Amino acid sequence: MVTAEQVWAALAEIPDPEIPVISLVELGVVRDVHVEEGRVQVDFTPTFLGCPALEVMRDAMAERIRSLGAEPEVRVLTDDSWSTDRITPEGREKLRASGFAPPAPRGTTPPTLVQLESNGFRCPYCGSRDTALENIFGPTPCRSLRYCRSCKQPFEQFKTI
Amino acid sequence: MSERAQLLLEIADDELILGWRDSEWTGIAPFLEEDVAFSSIAQNEIGHARALYELAARDLGTTADELAFDRTPDDYRCARLVELRLPSWEHTIARHHLYEEADAIRLERLRASDDSEVAGLAAKIDREEVYHRLHAQMWFDRLAREPRFTAALDELRPLAAAILDREERDGHSPELEELWEEMTMVRRSQPAGTSW
Repeated sequence: MVTAEQVWAALAEIPDPEIPVISLVELGVVRDVHVEEGRVQVDFTPTFLGCPALEVMRDAMAERIRSLGAEPEVRVLTDDSWSTDRITPEGREKLRASGFAPPAPRGTTPPTLVQLESNGFRCPYCGSRDTALENIFGPTPCRSLRYCRSCKQPFEQFKTI
Repeated sequence: MSERAQLLLEIADDELILGWRDSEWTGIAPFLEEDVAFSSIAQNEIGHARALYELAARDLGTTADELAFDRTPDDYRCARLVELRLPSWEHTIARHHLYEEADAIRLERLRASDDSEVAGLAAKIDREEVYHRLHAQMWFDRLAREPRFTAALDELRPLAAAILDREERDGHSPELEELWEEMTMVRRSQPAGTSW
């Protein structure tokens, strides 16, 4: 009989489909795992609702649970219980090491243009804070584009949500 | 139809149709950054539409795809503002500004709803919409004193009231039917080997 610990360990091996350096567990999208009589229910929160990787994540989790010999049920929670603050410290470091600046912590108020245009964002390559906003949007809805004036590198900055 | 399903459909239709219109800038926006930004915004709006349709579909015993693509143009509940084909950038930005302003008020109301599913989804959508609003604000600040932009704002402003007021949603523009033809073409043709 499969245990919740085995399910968590299996899910921790599934890479994010778009940024494979980080796993779904490190991304914080697996909210809960219930095991009951050979059935496994996973509560899963999407990152961005417009993210095209949602189905890929859901199917990958279901397949992994089936390979443990259990019947999967992946429940998608569309409340606001996921935020970028749920990315684990290990996940954040893996992102940074791969050239993706991890999201800034959520404040008590939503981000403002003044904040995004400030130099409070650190370059993932050289660590300088002398970086400029190039575009609020990037290759996926969850990222912005910034430019490091110090090492002259453009980089992708995770949005805080 | 329940009040909840009706409300969800109105918002979902607004987001789907606006997302579709925004996506028309993919490849031809005035510069590359805007191409990326408008494509992303379009993708987000369609993602919001999907989540709203899914909730409505559960109440109505159907599916999100059927709600999005299998109704006739007259059955859509979107506001005229989102239907218009706007080939000029100043009109597009004017609509973006007006829509995001009204949508922020709408989302704030929904977040305060007693219905926890609606309130939770509205809060989730709002977190993403923050970035649409910042993008609209950036453009508003840049164009605020440009006569072409202020004229476009004046022209479209009367249509914005319908985003917040059902009574103002009085029929559709002829452009919705054209858009519906394009939007549902693949689904209606049911290419060989597909099933849905």
